[in-house]
Amino acid sequence: MERIPILKMNEFLLVSIQVDMHDRLAMTLQDDLTERIVRDRARGVLIDISSLEIVDSFIGRMIGNIAAMSRVLDAETVVVGMRPAVAITLVELGLSLPGVRTSLNVDKGMELLRASLAGGNGNGHPDAGR
Amino acid sequence: MVIRGGKRLTEIVRKHQSGILQDWIKEQFAAVKAADRISEADRRADCERFLSLFMTALQASGDEDITAAPWAETRDMLADLSRSRAMAGYKPSETAVFVLALKRPLFDRLRGEIGGDAETLANEVWHTTVVLDGLALLTTEIFQKSREEVILRQQQDMLELSTPVVQLWEGILALPLIGTLDSNRTQVVMENLLQRIVDTGASIAIIDITGVATVDTLVAQHLMKTVAAARLMGADCIISGIRPQIAQTIVHLGVELNTVVTKATLADAFTVALQRTGASIGRPAKA
Repeated sequence: MERIPILKMNEFLLVSIQVDMHDRLAMTLQDDLTERIVRDRARGVLIDISSLEIVDSFIGRMIGNIAAMSRVLDAETVVVGMRPAVAITLVELGLSLPGVRTSLNVDKGMELLRASLAGGNGNGHPDAGR
Repeated sequence: MVIRGGKRLTEIVRKHQSGILQDWIKEQFAAVKAADRISEADRRADCERFLSLFMTALQASGDEDITAAPWAETRDMLADLSRSRAMAGYKPSETAVFVLALKRPLFDRLRGEIGGDAETLANEVWHTTVVLDGLALLTTEIFQKSREEVILRQQQDMLELSTPVVQLWEGILALPLIGTLDSNRTQVVMENLLQRIVDTGASIAIIDITGVATVDTLVAQHLMKTVAAARLMGADCIISGIRPQIAQTIVHLGVELNTVVTKATLADAFTVALQRTGASIGRPAKA
């Protein structure tokens, strides 16, 4: 079965979504990711959606859910590389993903995660301490 | 029943061509006194051209159907004419009169030629009316279409003109909004801003609404949408340039702007943005 790979980078997990998300795939990702966060004791999750061109309300909600689940498991989630068209679509669908942290690219997302882990309060800014 | 008149009309038009032309131009001047925006010579040339095309088409078809092939040249000529008159600021009725004024001279000639035979005269008059009305409607239609084209183009120009995104600093963009914010403009503004965020890798965008005349709930909603979309891309937004009047309106309307940083001036917003990106700016201390 098709799966989205989850890569471990030190204390972070990197998920790069490079295929069109369909509902089943999203559900599988949710299962896999929560599993891996617990197993690897990850402190942060980066979800790279720069290749994602099409979103619907289900996928939008899924991204929000994954972020919420990770937070429960004490891992910060940063969604990185959202395309303009995708961002507009999500906003128009009324899914502005409150509580999900975002970044322009993986680099900045990583910085943001490090900063928030170092700060401990989760209020770090992507460019803080540059 | 299709009335196949036309033969007589063609004959008569050819026979009295110069007389008809004279009367026709006189009629036009009588109908449109104010409109001397086109010189008499030009108008005369237009009339001559139309009449000769009209005659050729009549001869070729003898039919009332002005959408048929023999009328193509006449239609093109009328299209050009009404388009150029639309641009010159003519009224639609003044454009239609160009064709309609031809009726009286034609009817006069028909009456003169056919006179006694009431039935033939009626047939010919009817035939002429149908053809001329069709042509007149065509001018109005094209007139309107070209006006609409002008309006559409201007709208697009305005959209393009009014939404520049400028880079103030490394990682800081500014979006000075001017005019009113409707859904169409918000869409363009949003797309421009998001694309620039991707291009420049900016992490902060300042939306300056100094030039926005009024902020109502709808405009506020559009602003919040833009802010939300930018946030999804990983860029924070600051809204600046809120005038005292607008601050009052926003509170009275109960619009929630709590989730965004707002500043009174673009300068304040820029200072905050610089702080966030870790840059600082100031005068060198004097020795």
